[in-house]
Amino acid sequence: MLNNPLDFEKDIAELDALIAELKQMGRDPSVRADAAQKGIDIEARIAEVEAAREERLRQIFANLTPWNQVQMARHPQRPYTLDYIRMLCDDFFELYGDRINADDPAIVGGLARFQGRPVVVLGHQKGRDLKERQQRNFGSARPAGFRKALRLMKLAEKFRKPLIIFVDTPAAEANLMAEEEGISTTIAVNLREMIMLRVPIVVAVIGEGGSGGALGIAVGDRVLMLEHAIYSVIPPEGCAAILWKDRNRAAEAAEALKLTARHALEFGLVDAIVPEPIGGAHRDPQAMAATLKAAIAEHLSALLALSPDALTQARYAKFRQMGRWQELPAVHPEVEALET
Amino acid sequence: MARGGWFRRPLRNGNRPAPVPGDLWTKCPRCGEISFTRDLERNLKVCPKCGYHHKLTARERIQMTVDPDSFEEIDAGVCSLDPLGFPEYAEKLMRAQQATGLCDAIVTGYARIEGYPLLLAAADFAFMGGSMGGALGEKVVRMMERAVRERLPVVVFTANGGGARMQEGLFSLMQMAKTSAGVALLHREAVPYIVVLTDPTMAGVYASFASLGDIILAEPGATIGFAGRRVGNQDLGVKLPDDFQTAEFQQRCGMVDRVVPRREMRGTLALLLGLLAEERAHAE
Ligand SMILES: [Zn+2]
Repeated sequence: MLNNPLDFEKDIAELDALIAELKQMGRDPSVRADAAQKGIDIEARIAEVEAAREERLRQIFANLTPWNQVQMARHPQRPYTLDYIRMLCDDFFELYGDRINADDPAIVGGLARFQGRPVVVLGHQKGRDLKERQQRNFGSARPAGFRKALRLMKLAEKFRKPLIIFVDTPAAEANLMAEEEGISTTIAVNLREMIMLRVPIVVAVIGEGGSGGALGIAVGDRVLMLEHAIYSVIPPEGCAAILWKDRNRAAEAAEALKLTARHALEFGLVDAIVPEPIGGAHRDPQAMAATLKAAIAEHLSALLALSPDALTQARYAKFRQMGRWQELPAVHPEVEALET
Repeated sequence: MARGGWFRRPLRNGNRPAPVPGDLWTKCPRCGEISFTRDLERNLKVCPKCGYHHKLTARERIQMTVDPDSFEEIDAGVCSLDPLGFPEYAEKLMRAQQATGLCDAIVTGYARIEGYPLLLAAADFAFMGGSMGGALGEKVVRMMERAVRERLPVVVFTANGGGARMQEGLFSLMQMAKTSAGVALLHREAVPYIVVLTDPTMAGVYASFASLGDIILAEPGATIGFAGRRVGNQDLGVKLPDDFQTAEFQQRCGMVDRVVPRREMRGTLALLLGLLAEERAHAE
């Protein structure tokens, strides 16, 4: 059961509470006897409510708005990077530090085995409780985090280990210290280096794909998105603030930005959607992990068949073709007008 | 190589700024000094009193920087689309195209600086804040690929306060990866890449191709940074330095090689092109 359900999860939470209550009653012999006397079958009643709950869950999740998807992607109970690493990998050995001057806990990573094969795993890490959230800066990486990520990527390249990367960040850190330490430059360097990295890279956007802070570790051969993850150029609140000077119109902005997994796939900007258990990854993390593991394994095995040259050429071509534009046969009429 | 013989297409020099009646006088936004626009232009649009560097259009920048009649524009017809059907975007694009006479926020082409051939890009803040959408990304990458094929150095003048253009959603975010991929080619092939950061250069542009130059110059006083002062989540109680997110601040932080006044820019670029290009010639 969830501690603090989202608005659209409230019905489910109520039904969950009812089921729990019935089960509690079912365990009490005196209550059972009383119910039997009145001809009430508690087990049947539980089954009934559970069926209603499943039906309601299906209804709700068939009709999520883009804003609901944002809420899902940010859900406080959602599995995070370390949860997936533990569920998907064995022998995880975490590594720390950017080898310049810091370790950024907003990005975690290290060596591990995936289906027996040694790999390098890394990703953004959000905190579970208030203290850990602050310690991990809500998953917003500083320059040291992006440098640590790059250091791990280079380690993977040196020892020819595939990379598995989890993306889950609201945005890169943007405070004074981040600016002083060159947040823009560290992100840009990662983009440039990832394009030429000579090992397979599988990226999974597991929650929030928050603009440059996400992309800074997400230039992959395959980019997967969990069904309820989002990927956006700007947080919907920021977009609403710029467009309409009103952060409260974030839901409208979420719609306009088309930031859902379905859209990203439709646009050809991600390669696959990984379906979530009904109601979201947090309702059945084990099932989610199994599905994600199978998806990563499938894409990884295809990539492992490619030579390093073929990999980097394909990765270049993949990002090279992104974006939509049109080419007018002649110069724009206004340009001609200026020149004559 | 004889001057001009290098070009394969007729020169199309659209560098002249359109004269606008009523723009006889220009007020300095920093010190309030009112100058004759024509005098200001003769002074490269630098305030004679306080040294404020006024924003330039892409065509003004090119005209001020390259050898006379040496600019040959490429990919001029590459225009943005509205892939999301984003509210008001189509109208904004059209208005920007009419106001600037450009297809999008950057102009690219062949040029020479004191005889040195190069590929040059100049962004235009007047086109939707110089924000980066699909057209800008495509033009930048095409220019970089051309530079690799023809082994020409690249000089980029940024003026992209808008960062990635949010009206193109995730497509525009991916332009950061796309343009950085272009730089990766330059990097691998050791093609010199010089960036000049001009006012303003922010967010998605600064966090991609704009901060990847082999050499990074900036104009005095230019606003340069990751997230805008309003957008950034500044910690409570932290006092920002007066020069936060300026060219001088970025230089102090080690992100910019030199802050170069506009009057010295052409000469500086020529010097650098000579130093980088000749180094390569000796090595080959
Ligand atoms: Zn002035």
